Amino acid sequence: MLFYDRMQFAFTITFHYLFPQLTMGLSLIVIYFKWKFLRTKTQKYDNAAIFWMKIFALNFAMGVVTGIPMEFQFGTNWAKFSELTGGIIGQTLAMEGMFSFFLESSFLGLFIFGEKLLGQKLHFLTGFLVFLGSWASGYLIIATHSWMQNPVGYEILENGKYVLNNFSALFSNPWLWPSYLHNQAASMVTSSFVVAAIGAFYLLNKKNEDFGKLFVKTGVIFGLISSILLAIPTGDLLAKNVAKYQPVTFAAMEGIFHSEEGGSEIILIGQPDVRNKKLDNKIAVPNILSFLTYGSWNKEVKGLDQFAEEDYPTNIPLLYYSYHIMVGLGTIFIGIMALAVFQLFRKKLFKTKWILWMLLFLLPFPYIANTTGWYVAELGRQPWLVYNLLRTAEGASPTVSSGNTLFTLLGFIGLYLLLGILFLLQVGKIIHKGPEPQKN
Amino acid sequence: MELFWYVVVMSMLGVYIVLDGYDFGAGIIHLFFAKTEKDKKAITSAIGPFWDANEVWLVAVGGVLFFAFPTLYASAFSGFYLPLIMILWLLIFRGIGLEFRGQFHHPMWEAVWDKAFGISSLLLALFFGIALGNIVRGVNLGMVENGISTTEAHYFFLPLWNPSFSPQAVHLGIIDWFTLLLGIIGVVALAIHGANWIIFKTKTSEMNVKLKDVIFKLNFVLLALVITSLLIWHIIEPEPFHNFIEHPLLVIFPLLTFTGLFGLFKVKSFQKDGKGFLFSSLFLIGGFASTAAAIFPMVLPSTNNVNPALTIYNVAADEYGLTVGIYWFAIALLLVGLYVFIQYKIFNGKMDDVGYGEH
Repeated sequence: MLFYDRMQFAFTITFHYLFPQLTMGLSLIVIYFKWKFLRTKTQKYDNAAIFWMKIFALNFAMGVVTGIPMEFQFGTNWAKFSELTGGIIGQTLAMEGMFSFFLESSFLGLFIFGEKLLGQKLHFLTGFLVFLGSWASGYLIIATHSWMQNPVGYEILENGKYVLNNFSALFSNPWLWPSYLHNQAASMVTSSFVVAAIGAFYLLNKKNEDFGKLFVKTGVIFGLISSILLAIPTGDLLAKNVAKYQPVTFAAMEGIFHSEEGGSEIILIGQPDVRNKKLDNKIAVPNILSFLTYGSWNKEVKGLDQFAEEDYPTNIPLLYYSYHIMVGLGTIFIGIMALAVFQLFRKKLFKTKWILWMLLFLLPFPYIANTTGWYVAELGRQPWLVYNLLRTAEGASPTVSSGNTLFTLLGFIGLYLLLGILFLLQVGKIIHKGPEPQKN
Repeated sequence: MELFWYVVVMSMLGVYIVLDGYDFGAGIIHLFFAKTEKDKKAITSAIGPFWDANEVWLVAVGGVLFFAFPTLYASAFSGFYLPLIMILWLLIFRGIGLEFRGQFHHPMWEAVWDKAFGISSLLLALFFGIALGNIVRGVNLGMVENGISTTEAHYFFLPLWNPSFSPQAVHLGIIDWFTLLLGIIGVVALAIHGANWIIFKTKTSEMNVKLKDVIFKLNFVLLALVITSLLIWHIIEPEPFHNFIEHPLLVIFPLLTFTGLFGLFKVKSFQKDGKGFLFSSLFLIGGFASTAAAIFPMVLPSTNNVNPALTIYNVAADEYGLTVGIYWFAIALLLVGLYVFIQYKIFNGKMDDVGYGEH
């Protein structure tokens, strides 16, 4: 019963989050182009903004239709969790609906259909409000997520219900800001890599070359800044939070089975063997993990052996791989973007074909990094729904049979497959058509 | 406090029904009455810029329900598991039909997505009507078998149907002849509502003249169905109208319903194009509010004698949460009002030339 509930949530949220991770960052790039147009009055920038707005709108629509099932599933599949904690997480979820969705959807329509009606300055403003709405949405979702990771401002009644006793604590949760900023930086990475990849595609294809240059240039500059922000300070702060509040998760994701006196090594590669509590084929660098976590080379990092097995994350290998894939990709992103920006300043980037090819083929990888990053957060919280308070098994709907859940899971897989194919067709069509050529 | 949030949730649901109702209705009209490419284009242009913003109301009402009445959210959403997930699928499918139709100009491609859009709109209207029927009829809370609850008192699960299709059977289903009747009322009422919206938002055309005739005829069907449903309600529930007798002020809701219904018989003589839409909105809001008022303070009646009905008082969140909620909700509501005002101000008038589906 629990298995299919978890699979369905995992499948639908993974698919859903392919879209918001692009739109949040892309909204910023769209208003950047629009702002450049207002400043320079060069038509190219307006056409670029409109081109990316089309891709934004399509992704936004996908985000909306796949987002409604996320909200509903709290009630349909996780009824017990909703009943017990709805008075708290319902606050931030309802605020998301009221504050951000209305803002986004109202002004997106105006941004798409209203350029002639509104005039350029108001048109920029509507774009800015769409950006504000999408970032507020991310903030309120991560406030909800943070409460599950690190519950604050609550008390538990005798009947087991969680009630809120401090509203502002939801927003001063120490988990919230590092997670939010890390997530937004990751969203910026996805969107700037996508912009750079499409630009590289145009340049390599010798099509829309003016736009190709603009997209590659914008993409790699935004890409480098956001990749660095992803690691420092946001990734660093978040990892320290995990070490502080969820030490067992930290040990599992780093692959530390045993505490080492005199400092822990950082594991670069290796396959965890949970039964025998060891890593196969590992490549590690001594003492680095202690330094990164506590700023001291010798401080002990607690290994899994220090914790009760019933509190271990349910799927240690997947958690470990997700984390190492995320960190590995993040490091590669910084390297490639730094190289690209270096070539840009030497004015050689647009002719360095191998870097352009690399930018093109990097396109799927920020999506993988974002997805694995969220897997770290969600698998790392297991076996808890609300950390240290409510176990995942206690949160599922008591009356929905596994047969019914498998039925709907299969339905979602089929429908999302269709949706995904149609989405790709449509994106391909927009990219093939390209931005409106400049009029001189 | 519970009463305040109940009114909020119901009002938001009312807004949702009026707004997404015309979307579904336009889809039903599209399925049966749009003959030419021009007709189809007029219909999609009339709802194109609005439909996804209208669905935001569903997300928002879901969020507020979750926060203010978490136990109801948990109980009803898990108990009505299958139809709810199917509603999600239909909403997605309908969105696909609307958004992807215009991408390739080939008759087969267009035919497929036209049908997808139309049929899922029709099924959504049917499902929402059936959902209302389920709430009026009540469910077997606690899944009582032979006088003993087999689950916690406020949980239940309903299959899509049971073989007897009877609202009075021991083992109930989502679809029985009573809930199906309400589903059909939903389809007819929303078809009328959608036709009114199309007349309101598109330029006068042959189709619009024909639609006025369609509304006029469907209105007779609707009247007959509403009267039948009221009679049947008497069979299921001996005193369905006791709230209206005890609180005569509530009679305003049925009055609104019938004003809307009878007003629409004059549809052919309306001079202003928005007038029909106003009357069908009155019918929908009045009908929905009357139904909710009839069972108040219950939000989900129980069909057994073992477990009590869910009322707004036994499903609500705690006092502190509901109180803080008022502050942010008031701010949010002002903002939403402002957005809606701006949006309709800019997109007021006829929508034919927006060029929806070509961007």
